[in-house]
Order: sequence, then C-alpha cells, then structure tokens
Amino acid sequence: MNVLSIVLFVLFVAFVLGISFYFAGRAKSASGYYAAGSRIHWGVNGIAFAGDYLSAASFLGICGMIATAGYDGFLYSIGYLAGWIVALFIVAEPLKRLGKYTFTDALDANYNHRGIKLMAAISTLLVSICYLIPQMVGAGVLVTPLLGLPHAVGVVLVGLIVITIVATAGMTSTTYVQFIKGALLLVFSFILVAVVLVRGLSTKPDQGGRVPFREYRTLAATDSGSGLALDDPAWQIAAVREVKGLRFVKLLRDGRESWWKAEMDAATGGTKLLESQFSARLADGTQTVNGAPASKENQLATVGNMEAIAGKTGDDAATGGLNPFKFLSLVGDTKSRIKLWKNASFEDNGGRVTVYYPVFAAGNKVLRPGQRFKIEGTATDRIDFLSLMLALFLGTAALPHILIRYYTVPSPAAARKSTIVAIAAIGFFYILTLFMGLGAMTNGVVNLLDDNMSAPLLARSFGTFLFSMISAIAFATVLGTVSGLIIAASGAVAHDLLDRYGKIIKSDKQKVAAGKVVAFAVGALAIVLGIIFKGVNVTFLVGLAFAVAASANLPSIVMMLFWKRTTARGITASIFVGVFSSIGLILFSPTMYELYGKDPLTAPFPLKNPGIVSIPLSFLTLIVASLLTRKKGGGEASPAV
Amino acid sequence: MLHEPAAKSGADPAFPYKRRLGAWMFILYALVYAGFVIVNLVRPQAMETVVFGGLNLAVVYGFGLIIFALILALVYSQACERREKRLRQAEAKGGRA
Repeated sequence: MNVLSIVLFVLFVAFVLGISFYFAGRAKSASGYYAAGSRIHWGVNGIAFAGDYLSAASFLGICGMIATAGYDGFLYSIGYLAGWIVALFIVAEPLKRLGKYTFTDALDANYNHRGIKLMAAISTLLVSICYLIPQMVGAGVLVTPLLGLPHAVGVVLVGLIVITIVATAGMTSTTYVQFIKGALLLVFSFILVAVVLVRGLSTKPDQGGRVPFREYRTLAATDSGSGLALDDPAWQIAAVREVKGLRFVKLLRDGRESWWKAEMDAATGGTKLLESQFSARLADGTQTVNGAPASKENQLATVGNMEAIAGKTGDDAATGGLNPFKFLSLVGDTKSRIKLWKNASFEDNGGRVTVYYPVFAAGNKVLRPGQRFKIEGTATDRIDFLSLMLALFLGTAALPHILIRYYTVPSPAAARKSTIVAIAAIGFFYILTLFMGLGAMTNGVVNLLDDNMSAPLLARSFGTFLFSMISAIAFATVLGTVSGLIIAASGAVAHDLLDRYGKIIKSDKQKVAAGKVVAFAVGALAIVLGIIFKGVNVTFLVGLAFAVAASANLPSIVMMLFWKRTTARGITASIFVGVFSSIGLILFSPTMYELYGKDPLTAPFPLKNPGIVSIPLSFLTLIVASLLTRKKGGGEASPAV
Repeated sequence: MLHEPAAKSGADPAFPYKRRLGAWMFILYALVYAGFVIVNLVRPQAMETVVFGGLNLAVVYGFGLIIFALILALVYSQACERREKRLRQAEAKGGRA
C-alpha cells in the first residue's frame, strides 16, 4: 500500500461519484434512468461500449491467462472481439429500432406475449448475475495490493460504490463513467506495452533493478532400485510424494524443509531435482510459505522468465528495446525457452502442501494454443475448445449490459456507428493484451496464487505511478461494468417483470424507484457471490457467462430476425431451454466439481464449457416449438423493422 | 405504460439491404473464424509455422481476425451509409432507388 495508490484511488472514486451526482437530474424519468434519454453521441457510446466490454475479465483475466498459459489466453481476446461482428451485422440496428429499455422489449416487440416477457427477463437477470461474479472477484483481487485491504472488503467497497452510481443517475452516469474509463484503459495499456517493448527481454528480469532476480537451483540425484539418492550429501531426503504421475521430494538442509520436483535429466539421462516454491497448512493449522510462517513479508515470490532467448542465455541474451514484431518473434522462437509454473497439492504429515514447480516450454509452443486447452488431447478436450470458441463468438451479441447500450443513442444509424467505434477500440486493446500478458510472463511478475494480478504487477515493475494508474483504472473498469450489469438486471425486474409482465407499476416515477430498489438487491447479491468465488480465474468465469448468454438469448434474436415462422412460444421455449440447459450443464461440469471439492473426472458432464450443447439445443427448441405452435396463434415473426 | 422504442425512428427503406448485407458479411467472417478454429483442431502444429517477420501462423491469424473484423465493419458502414443516402435522395425526388 502506498500513498499515491490511495490518492489516485480516492480521486477516481470521487470523480465517478461526482459524475453520478452531476447527472442525477437526468435520471428522473424511466427513459433517463434506463436509456440515458437516448441522447448519447455515437462516438461517446462507442468508447463506452469498450468501457462496458473491457471488463475485469478482459483486462485482468486475459493478461493473467496469457502470462501463465501463453497464446491460450489470447484465444479469449480473439473470440471476444469476433463476437462484435455478430453484434454489428445482426443485432445492432434491429435492436435499436425495436426496443425501448431492455433486450426483452426488442424480442417482444412483434409478439406482445407474456411468456417472452417472463423468460427474457429471467434470462437477463441470470446472465447479468453470472457476469457479475467475475467482476466482483476482480474487484477483490485489485483492492488487496492497491489498498492493502482483504478481498472481501474490496468486494463490499465496489458493491457500495456501484449501488450509489446506479441509484443516483442510472444509465447516464454509467455511460460517462464507461466512456472515461474506456479511454483511460486504452491509453494506459498502450503506455504499458510501450515500456515493456522499450525494456525488451532478458533471462534474468529484475524489474528495472527494483527486485533482484531469483535463481532457482537444480540438484543432481541418482534414482536406483533402492530409491532416490542425492549426489550432494549436505541435503537429506525427508519424504517423496507421487501425485498424478509427478514426483515431489521434501529435502532437509540445516533443519529447514524445502520441496523439489524430481524429473529425468534429458542431458545426462539421470535424475534432477528442480527447486520449487511451496505453501502449507500444517496439522496444527499454521500456514507456512517456503518453510517459514506466512506473513506480509514472507509470501510466495512472483515468477516468470525466459531461460533462453532465441538460443542465447545469460547476460548475452538481453535484447534491449524491441519493436512489437521482434518481441513476438523472439518469445515465439523455437530456440527460446520459457519457464512457466504449475502447482500440485497433496497431504503431508497430517497437513496439506501445495508445491509450485517450474516447467519449461519452447517459445513456439507457448505462442500457439495448447498450454491450457489440450487441442492435441482427447476428443473431449477438443470439443471443449470448440465449445468455448463458439460461446465466445455468439455470446457478445447476447449480453444484456451490451444490448441495453443500443438504447442510449438517438438512432439505428448511431447504434451502427457506435458499434464500429467499439470494434476499433476493443480490437486495439485486445492486440495489446498479448504484449501485456507475455510481458508479465517474461518479467518475473506473475503471482502464483492469483494470475489475475499479472497486468497491475507488470505495471508495478515500472514504478509506483504506472501501477497506481493501472490499478485505479482496473478498479474503475470493475465499477463501470458492474454498474451496467446492475442496470440491465434492474431493467429486467422493474420494466419487464413488474411493469410489462405483472402490470404492477402505475407510473414512470414508480418504475425508476423500483429500478433503484432492484439495483440495491442485485448489488448486495453480487457482493456475496464475489466473496464466495474468490481465486477463480475471472476470464474463465466470463467464458461461462458468455455460454449462458449465447444459449439463452442469441437463438431468439437471430431467428426472430431471419426466420419468418418463429412464434412467441418458440422464443419462450428457446430461452427457457437455453438458460437452464447451460446453467445445468455448468453445475455438473468438471470445473464446478473441482469447486465442490470433488474429483473433476467424476463430473457427469465432461465439458468445461456447455455452449456446444446448449446453443444448438436452444436453436432446435425454437424451431420445433415454433413449428408445433404456429397454428395456435403464437404470432407472426417477420419483424417490422 | 408506454412500450414503444425510446427514440422514434422513421421507416427505413434501406433496412432489407442492410440486413442482407449484414448476414453475408457475418457468414464471411464466421467462415474465416471457423477456419482458425478448425486449423487449431485438425493441424495444431501448423500454428507454429513462421509466416513472415518471425511471426507464426497463430499470431498472424489471431491479429488478422481482429483487423479483418474492423475492415469488414468499415466496409459495412460505408455501404449502409451510401445506400441510406441514395434512398433518401430518391425519396426526396419522389422516385425509387
């Protein structure tokens, strides 16, 4: 925690709240509260789109995943950006033309059917909540190093600020917060990439002289029939553990324990032990890090460096400043060797140990898919990859907080133009993510406990100011996105459910009041979920939210626009099946089984991402239900757009 | 309560053209995107192939998809604006596009 960080953080929050109070007067009517009075300029809205979209997942999660898994993290950038093509070519103008405040409005415009209102509102609510979780997790992640506060405090803080933003000025303040944040994010990400390139690559990154490079030792061992023996007698073997085909060895030297990973030495044909980091919960409950009690001073060291750069090692390998192409070609060179880190947990002496051990990957393997997504693995692994790429492509145009931004501009043409501005801004940012992620991977700044912090920690390696700015912007990122999601959820309940479905709302004023009450409730729920899901990679969580959105909403939008036989009951059934099949499959997926503390291999649904099943299922449901109900007066489809 | 669109838009005679053009451009992009996914699934080693300037296919195709999206978006926008303008002019003259 440092003074500059706190000052910048307080200034950002004060500025954001100032905007909210300034625009509070514009949020008295429902149109002002839910759609910013449809008076936002398309250029501002385009950058605000970027602000909405470049959430904690994009900024923190993608950079973190690239830093630990290389190109696989960049797949999210590609998929997220591709989704905007669906938004521009299929959704933008019709949605603006048909809708008023919510996604439900547009879907129901030609049907006026209670089933659509109910299901579309439920879908909006559920997708918003799914998307809120990673944003709140991201908030907690940021606050710890920025302000020295615990994760839960960060989540509560974000929740309270966002509720204030939304409750005071609704969509108007959210739009301007997003605009400013989106612009700052682009500028400072560009600056961060520029300084990464100026620094260049080295095999012993010392963060510009700020943090000495830590060398990890390798010990030679002999693996005979009677067991493992060390060549150096100063070390004693205290324990050997086998975990999923990997062998870990506990060594003692001068009474101090350490864990090492045993593996074959390709050069000598013998065995070598690689020094690792480890954390442990001892049988008496004490937490230790690298053999000493855990404390603020004794934490796992940040990691990440290249062992060889295009075949060069040691001081000769340092490159100095690089252009972007040279940077990528050197990282991805076949003769480059990058040290990545994995972890394994197991029982030891009644306690539980997690060992963080190094693995070495050739540059050409890091700069292509395969480190995280096993595209050369089993059929299930490949289908999982396909499922993720499908969900990312189709999810964007179905996200409620993105869809409602089309109502803030005055015309369909403005909706189209703002989408193009968004594509330019977001595309530029996603190209930067590859440099930021690889920069973190090679500059020794990856936090072993939480890869989401990679981008802010990379910024810290260039000094406190950049770190404070990047962290404050990332925090504003969370604030903006959460605000948009809460407004989407609030519109779904107050406008779709209470007004249009339940007909409980009697006046414009009541609708605004109801929206604010719902904002409080959803904000409170987001706080609780953000605390529960601490530690899960935020990009991964967003990938799941995309799958739910793509399954629930996209089939209805597309078929309503392009298939004249679509009926109201078809749409209702499609949303129902899309929402509940995707969420149901996620609950029975390996990822959730891991969170439940069960063996992921026993999960009934083998895929991590449900999109490949739930999206076609939702389409199929719509077609079958529409054909079955066509003569029963489900309504004609051909929209009057 | 009122349920009409928040901002009134007049009739848009260019809409069928824009919808058709959007659908074709979507299909074009979807094919290029599908190509990326398929290469990764069928021949993942091909992604390591250096294409130019030391950059491999994974980087070139990935950046290419992002830049291609922007190019298509700009082409679409220009085409839509041109058609809208032409139809507006034709409407003003009382003729047909």
